[in-house]
Amino acid sequence: MELKEKLLSSYIAFEERIDLSDSIHKTRTDALKIFEKNGFPSRKDESWKYTSLSSILQEDYALFPNSETTIELRQVKKYFLYDTDTYKVIFIDGVYSPFLSDTTHNGLDVCLMSSALTKPKFRSLIKSYFNKSIPKEDSLSALNTSYALEGVFIYIPKNIIAEKPIEIIHFASGNEKSLWLQPRNLIVVDKGAQVQIIERHQSLKEHPVVTNSVTEVYSHENSKVDWYKLQNDLVSASLIDNTYIVQQKNSEVSLHTFSLGGKLVRNNLNYFQKGENVCSILKGVTILRGKEHVDHSTLVHHEQPYCESHQDYKGVFSEKSIGVFNGKILVDKNAQKTNAFQQNNNILLDDKSTVNTKPQLEIFADDVKCSHGCTVGQLDNKALFYLRSRGIPIKEAKGLLTYAFANNVLESVKLPSLKKRINNQIANKLGVSLGFEL
Amino acid sequence: MLTIENLHAKVDGKHILNGIDLDVKAGEVHAIMGPNGSGKSTLSSVIGGNEDYLITKGTMLFDGIDLSELDAESRAHLGVFLSFQYPVEIPGVTVTNFIKTAINATRKAKGLEDTSSSELLKKIREKSKLLNIESKFLSRSLNEGFSGGEKKRNEIFQMLMLEPKLAILDETDSGLDIDALKIVANGVNKFRTKKNAVVLITHYQRLLDYIVPDFVHVLFEGIIVKSGTKELAHDLEDKGYDWVKDLI
Repeated sequence: MELKEKLLSSYIAFEERIDLSDSIHKTRTDALKIFEKNGFPSRKDESWKYTSLSSILQEDYALFPNSETTIELRQVKKYFLYDTDTYKVIFIDGVYSPFLSDTTHNGLDVCLMSSALTKPKFRSLIKSYFNKSIPKEDSLSALNTSYALEGVFIYIPKNIIAEKPIEIIHFASGNEKSLWLQPRNLIVVDKGAQVQIIERHQSLKEHPVVTNSVTEVYSHENSKVDWYKLQNDLVSASLIDNTYIVQQKNSEVSLHTFSLGGKLVRNNLNYFQKGENVCSILKGVTILRGKEHVDHSTLVHHEQPYCESHQDYKGVFSEKSIGVFNGKILVDKNAQKTNAFQQNNNILLDDKSTVNTKPQLEIFADDVKCSHGCTVGQLDNKALFYLRSRGIPIKEAKGLLTYAFANNVLESVKLPSLKKRINNQIANKLGVSLGFEL
Repeated sequence: MLTIENLHAKVDGKHILNGIDLDVKAGEVHAIMGPNGSGKSTLSSVIGGNEDYLITKGTMLFDGIDLSELDAESRAHLGVFLSFQYPVEIPGVTVTNFIKTAINATRKAKGLEDTSSSELLKKIREKSKLLNIESKFLSRSLNEGFSGGEKKRNEIFQMLMLEPKLAILDETDSGLDIDALKIVANGVNKFRTKKNAVVLITHYQRLLDYIVPDFVHVLFEGIIVKSGTKELAHDLEDKGYDWVKDLI
């Protein structure tokens, strides 16, 4: 059976597992109709020209895990920021793991979507925010919405600064032959509140996993959100990340995406600026080899005047890896004095790797500053010679130069322990021991 | 230590070196002077192992080992050091970490353990003092935002830390004011021993007031047209490079 058919016909089984009276079920069934109508995107769609899902749609995925799997902390400790105290919301094969998690309702809410959907206390938040940021026709997000049940729910009340960062980790245990996961996250950051979030998806065994994730972030007046996505999964795992960020007046949301592994990763990152003086920051480092494929599709919609957006994506590709960057900036007529900046720089380490980069600017206001630039190049031979003449072997020399190339994105990671972790992962990915702790 | 015979080299199909002969022994300082475009920097790149340059004829032996068979890093491991006219900027890698990486790469090639942090620190303190380098400087990203003088001083600092047998200093004096020049020259003089050698590549004579060479060679159109002692540098200063052309 084709995957689309399976997803549609399994819906009855899904409905048997859930509480049909919850407030979002109509939204779910409406979304299912959209998915039924539109199906999976194909390369005929302009925004999917360089990324084909066909290689990951052939498998007969389990949509619900057959059994609950427990994981010992020591097995997965390395995936946590264990040297920093954090809130943790951990899932194994899509099922919440209370044993590995550390949630809270004390002053702020860090909990599960499934419980937020049922608790009366969250009813009005769900009603106001759930699925409100997502363009109706987006088929993959609609597919996620139709099965929306589990994920993370975070509410940071007015003027609260979350003292600890929040870690969200989705483990795939490998106990299912293959698995299709659809986490659904909702984050509401009220006026003047601040939060830092780290998100990762991690397979523990090599087996086919596809995660079609949707995250909605609502950042209210004067609030601040720092989000870090760590994508360093096994070559059997794929991720479609659909993130929607809605910003109100004077808010700042920065999102870093570190894409260092996985079979196929598509990041649909969308920012909607709904108030004045908003600052949106989108940064990424992508380092790929083998047959890995990572696609960053960004949208920044400037709807209001006096707002800024900064995009800086660095990519390093070797072997047969493929990178895609498609950055859309939309400036409405009303959004005067917009300052939108976009940069995408790429290095191809050999002649078999590919990068497709496409800036897309649609500007309807006449008093704005918009700049964009993309480059595709190679490592500088002169620089390589300099390092080699100091006795540094060519492989390490390339690693150091690549690291230097990505450095300005790394520098803006605010959590020191996270920065160190990412540095080490990058060194690993480059296959070099840099001889020092970065 | 370094014996170059009849060395010919080209870059991008253009012949730059047309038969260089040079013999550098341990304990010696050689200065190679010449007008712009005479092949000075090419010579240092060829000795250092820059793969953009192709040796077409001649030999280049270092302690009896044929350098032309070795890649740049292997030459460095043998003890060949090149100070660059335009050092590369490496954001995110501090001066200290870079030097540590370079030292340990050479030690690894020789089958030695990494140097200990305390030993390294001691050496860094000692050598940075020689060059009036502040500790703040050491935690800056390598060459990033450095002034011309800071870059040159950093090159000499790396030389002192790596302790090569043969140091080739390419235009180390360019862009330096007189105070910086004195500091750099002092570093080079402190480096000199009976066991190592220095080749200074320079356009001007003024560096040679502070680092006194045993031999001076004049390079012109890819050939050494005249060799002599330090007085030759003064002659060049007085008469200019046009005088060299008449020598051919």
